[in-house]
Amino acid sequence: MISLAARDIQHAWGKFVFTGVGLGLLIGVTLTMAGVYRGMVDDAKVLLNNSGADLWVVQQKTLGPYAEPSSVHDDLYRSILGMPGVASAANVTYLTMQVRQGERDVRAMVVGIVPDGPGAPAYLVAGRQITRSHYEAVADIATGFKLNQVIRIRRHDYTVVGLTRRMVSSGGDPMVFIPLRDAQEAQFLKDNDAIINERNRSAANPAFNQTGVLDAVINSQSSNPFVNAVLVQVKPGFSAEKVAEPIRRWKRFQVYTRAQMEEILVAKLIATSSKQIGMFLVILAIVSAAIVAFIIYTLTMGKIREIAVLKLIGTRNRTIAAMIMQQAVGLGVIGFVVGKVSATVWAPMFPKYVLLEPGDALRGFVAIIIICILASLLAIRAALKVDPAEAIGG
Amino acid sequence: MKGLSINRRTVTLLMVLLLLLFAFTYVATSSGPLAPVPITVVEVEEQKITPTLFGLGTVEVRYRYRLGPTMTGRLLSLNSDVGDYVEAGAVLGEMDPVDMDDKVAANRAAMQRASASIAAAEAHVKDSAARSEYAASQAKRYKQLALERNVSSEAAEAKSQEYLVAKSGLAAAQATLNAEQQTRVMLQAEHEGLLQQRNNLRLIAPVDGVVVGRYIEPGSTVMAGQVVVEMIDPKSIWINVRFNQLQSDGLTKGLPTTIVLRSRASQPASGRVERIELLADAVTEETLAKVVFDQLPVPFPPIGELAEVTVLLPQLAAAPVLPNAAIKRIKGERGVWRVVDDSLQFTAVEIGVSDLDGRVQITAGLELGDTVVLYSKKELRANSRIDIVEQLVDDAS
Repeated sequence: MISLAARDIQHAWGKFVFTGVGLGLLIGVTLTMAGVYRGMVDDAKVLLNNSGADLWVVQQKTLGPYAEPSSVHDDLYRSILGMPGVASAANVTYLTMQVRQGERDVRAMVVGIVPDGPGAPAYLVAGRQITRSHYEAVADIATGFKLNQVIRIRRHDYTVVGLTRRMVSSGGDPMVFIPLRDAQEAQFLKDNDAIINERNRSAANPAFNQTGVLDAVINSQSSNPFVNAVLVQVKPGFSAEKVAEPIRRWKRFQVYTRAQMEEILVAKLIATSSKQIGMFLVILAIVSAAIVAFIIYTLTMGKIREIAVLKLIGTRNRTIAAMIMQQAVGLGVIGFVVGKVSATVWAPMFPKYVLLEPGDALRGFVAIIIICILASLLAIRAALKVDPAEAIGG
Repeated sequence: MKGLSINRRTVTLLMVLLLLLFAFTYVATSSGPLAPVPITVVEVEEQKITPTLFGLGTVEVRYRYRLGPTMTGRLLSLNSDVGDYVEAGAVLGEMDPVDMDDKVAANRAAMQRASASIAAAEAHVKDSAARSEYAASQAKRYKQLALERNVSSEAAEAKSQEYLVAKSGLAAAQATLNAEQQTRVMLQAEHEGLLQQRNNLRLIAPVDGVVVGRYIEPGSTVMAGQVVVEMIDPKSIWINVRFNQLQSDGLTKGLPTTIVLRSRASQPASGRVERIELLADAVTEETLAKVVFDQLPVPFPPIGELAEVTVLLPQLAAAPVLPNAAIKRIKGERGVWRVVDDSLQFTAVEIGVSDLDGRVQITAGLELGDTVVLYSKKELRANSRIDIVEQLVDDAS
């Protein structure tokens, strides 16, 4: 028994393969779109992963530190450390800003960390972790910074001592890690001009401009005892919620667990943009499905004369249907393979992270095969209705 | 012919399909969760490390002099400006003496008058003494004559009385002289006091140093105690350094340091720790220390300039050492990923001291020669597949 489908494909393999490739590129776009959506969600999750925290202690009644601004005093962590079930606690600051390097500047999230505490980069791809308590930075490789380059954050120059990877903010901006005290200063102190202006303004205020008072006022204006959050790791054997509750109740701060934080990030922070992408993905999927169906239908209709001949020579309907369906599924498989390969090839070229999940690929594969089968059913229906007389007729 | 052509077509088709399959397999295994994580490894080596501490400080000066008048007045002149090097005792400026000089002149005249009064009193004493001496001899003679009954006893008594009067006159003259002398002493003392007050109106450099501030210009009224000129002793310049308490272990007096001034980043200077402050900053969680230059840079740095200070602790004996990038923290436990037979194994380690180049002593948990993961392209898990490469970033620096 020879396979009619294989025979037919052999007969016009170029047409078949190129149709498959075209279909594949379309599937690739759809898969990439799914990857863009997944990448967005992953950016949010990776931010939480990288912080290494089990709990986030933030200002009361805020959704900080990522979704809303939050500020807590920098000595809060001391009293948190004394709470039951807390293994470690560390201050952290986040500030998205332009980081200058030579002539260019890069949008980055500057993270102030306590070396060796939660919040510090978990792994590096080059260089070393921060050892000095000032003026060193570990940058994500997506910033384009190199080791030993000097970057400028606000008033100070920092030396890049280490490079890391996939450390991004929920918006996909690469992170730059600097020591906490510098970050506190960077968050608060502006440039030199702003400081001088502020000083002059204070000096012009008659309430402050008295002997001794002015210096004290300027001093208190130019220090920043705040951080955005305290990252807490809980001791083994304690549940995050159990540790969080006393802090909420007695310390009067908002505490989020990992699950709550993820909810905030995914459901609130990136909700609109991810829905936007999601909507586009749905439309793209529908359009792709329609195109796949049309292609298979037209491909079959193009062979209508041959099918008529087959019928004329007494081929069974089942054989003809099998041929069409096999071809459709074959086309789907080629399309999927091409799509997967092309999506993987062009995904790293995107400026933001594109996450191609095997689960998505699998779902895509199943969807393609189902669409192909459905489309082939239409084509089969049309093929079986054909009058064998057409083979000889005009 | 036909069979051959079908065969050729079949072969081509198969080749295309194989190519696709190959690309798919490659893509599936080289990306996504099935792909091995590229890592670089490092061996635990025995090395001597010199632990170092790093702190930020500002240039300050130990001895700082704020000169101003002790009483309210007007500034007459100021003959020193910022940057002037002055010697101890130099007059930097002067307050307006107002009537002080007149008072001195009046006082001087009074002293001269007192001198004249003393001379007059001395002459008076001499005169009285002469009178007293004559009266004494007369009284003695008359007494003798009265005994010989040559004169009346009345006459003799009169002479004796004259003598007593003359003696009293001498005593009075001597007392007057004494009073005049005391007046002069008083005036002298007053004079000296006035001169000292006059001198006190001068702003005088207490030490050899340099003027760093000139706050008030001549003609202005200055309150008692207000600073007119500020000077420092440049030899006493030091750096007030703040060390993060997390990174201040081993800080002791006398340790050698490297000082990098913000304005002269390319010329590090050497110095040593002069003092560790006993009072730390509780708010900023920093330990304070004072560091002095071995040799003061010329020109000396402006007071208040930022300086980075690196303290070199004594070199330690060789011990197993790893770069700090190899040390991870998983669920609160510090450890490293050991590479054993191409698979990963998380091993808890204890770490000792570290240096600023990121080398960390391993005190327990690893043996010399153990291979551990240094860099990885992803966060690792115990079941991660790994691919050991030379480096992860081609152009890291």
